Amino acid sequence: MMHNHENAPHLHEQHFNTPVQDYAPEVKQLVLEYTLQLADTSFILGHRLSEWCGHGPVLEQDMALSNIALDLIGETRSLYQYAAELEGKGRTEDDMAYLRDTVEYKNPLLVEQPNGDFGDTIMRQFIFDSFHFFFLKELQNSTDHRLAAIAEKSLKESSYHIKWSSEWVIRLGDGTEESRKRIEKAIDNLWPFSGELFMMTATEKKLLEHGVIPDYSQIKNSWDAHVAKVFQEATLAVPQNVWMQSGGKEGRHTEHLGFVLTELQYLQRTYPGLEW
Amino acid sequence: MEEVEVNLEAQFEEKVAKDIRIEPKDWMPDAYRKTLIRQISQHAHSEIVGMLPEGNWITRAPSLKRKAILLAKVQDEAGHGLYLYSAAETLGASRDQMIADLHSGKAKYSSIFNYPTLSWADIGAIGWLVDGAAIMNQVPLCRTSYGPYARAMVRVCKEESFHQRQGFEIMMTLCNGAPEQKKMAQEAFNRWWWPTLMMFGPKDEESPNTEQSMRWRIKRFTNDELRQRFVDMMVPQAEFLGLTVPDKDLTWNEAKNGYDYGQIDWDEFWSVVKGNGPCNKQRIQTRVKADQEGAWVREAALAHAEKRAQREQQKVA
Ligand SMILES: [Fe+2]
Ligand SMILES: [Fe+2]
Ligand SMILES: [Fe+2]
Repeated sequence: MMHNHENAPHLHEQHFNTPVQDYAPEVKQLVLEYTLQLADTSFILGHRLSEWCGHGPVLEQDMALSNIALDLIGETRSLYQYAAELEGKGRTEDDMAYLRDTVEYKNPLLVEQPNGDFGDTIMRQFIFDSFHFFFLKELQNSTDHRLAAIAEKSLKESSYHIKWSSEWVIRLGDGTEESRKRIEKAIDNLWPFSGELFMMTATEKKLLEHGVIPDYSQIKNSWDAHVAKVFQEATLAVPQNVWMQSGGKEGRHTEHLGFVLTELQYLQRTYPGLEW
Repeated sequence: MEEVEVNLEAQFEEKVAKDIRIEPKDWMPDAYRKTLIRQISQHAHSEIVGMLPEGNWITRAPSLKRKAILLAKVQDEAGHGLYLYSAAETLGASRDQMIADLHSGKAKYSSIFNYPTLSWADIGAIGWLVDGAAIMNQVPLCRTSYGPYARAMVRVCKEESFHQRQGFEIMMTLCNGAPEQKKMAQEAFNRWWWPTLMMFGPKDEESPNTEQSMRWRIKRFTNDELRQRFVDMMVPQAEFLGLTVPDKDLTWNEAKNGYDYGQIDWDEFWSVVKGNGPCNKQRIQTRVKADQEGAWVREAALAHAEKRAQREQQKVA
């Protein structure tokens, strides 16, 4: 599990040259909203993971957490850049990240949940990775060329993430009595946020019709199978009949997001319009 | 027996004199081993504690690009810590023991990290000045007599020079920016300049270990030599940025072809070394907290690995 520093992603800035497709205005608007939703999701989770830097349980895992955060922030940048192009109003990736308020953010509630202990972070990551990996696999076939290209690149990184978080679920579930208690508590804390990943908003339903995004019910099947397999190996039980929270993808967030944005937007808000 | 020892010692001295690297399995004097363990572990601790002042700004970095660069930088420092702990382990030290010594206060780390980062410009100033001073100290260590340490330093120095360039670039952006940004940059420079000069350690006449370390070729230059080089390199860079060096005594000395600089506040230096810097307590408390809160995770990983190994054995049997 020792992560080799030399494999650490540095600042591979990725530029995608695929031009914006010739969309009808209302479809373009949908693709824009959706791209922002994807970007917000990677961004908030990447930001949360970056809070761990310097505080991890052991050096190797501190570095692994930062690696995943860096991958997600890289994905975020590609997506915000695309959103800015789709919008065509001269806004930048940073305007998208730093100058939109809580209700404008469309990430699912899961990713804004606090880091908690390492078990909570692992469970949040595992729930997300198990979605993200199968989602990106499908998104590669999107009729939207840019989203397909971004998905293809992010999938490579995501396949490492899902391996990492799955292995940790197994270690913590089938480790010590304490780790088992903690990971069970984490399941309890975070399971109610897993359902929203698969609920389709009005925007998503329309984009499914246009072939831009995959059908989430199929991804849900892959997710269920992966979760069942990992939980079995971890000797953990998959929760049944849990009430699922939702709203994030439509801008109705938990109280946590406001604080996340306050912190991350602080400089841009305090000194408007400056270059950093 | 005694003759063998004398022989080994002579061989060791000869190797060092000829710049042949000492490797883990080679015979070495006890004091050489101890000096290296102290120096390498202190260096490793500095990398790890050094993650904290800069980590303090990761969540507030002002753009996506800056956030990614800073996060990658702080992650690099973790990597440096890892290489260095590994180098110290080749001398027989254990990582757990070294970390325990850091937490108990027995082991030291660079005092520079006991100062707070108050504005975004501090991130620029640290990259530019602190990583700059680290390079000045560490480039000669790429030729240090102990092989694993020298090799670790080659990798570390490569990354440190990236860090310095990134720090300088932040300062440049601020100095070419709005008046508030330029002010931020000057204030950060004022706060970090003197503590950075202290990074090279006490004056030569007050540095008891220097002479022996130079003889063993662990060190290649004295503290004051390196400090002088640093000042000579940084003053023109500060001028280029349009920043004022916070030293009214700074003057060019034609005869020595270098700058004369003002009195370093050695009382402040020793006071921070003794634990009274603005952040000494917080830094160690933060490290201890991370370590304690991570204990159950490390235990679980071990327990799981043992269970696995047992199951494998049962399968084989
Ligand atoms: Fe790295
Ligand atoms: Fe470093
Ligand atoms: Fe560095």
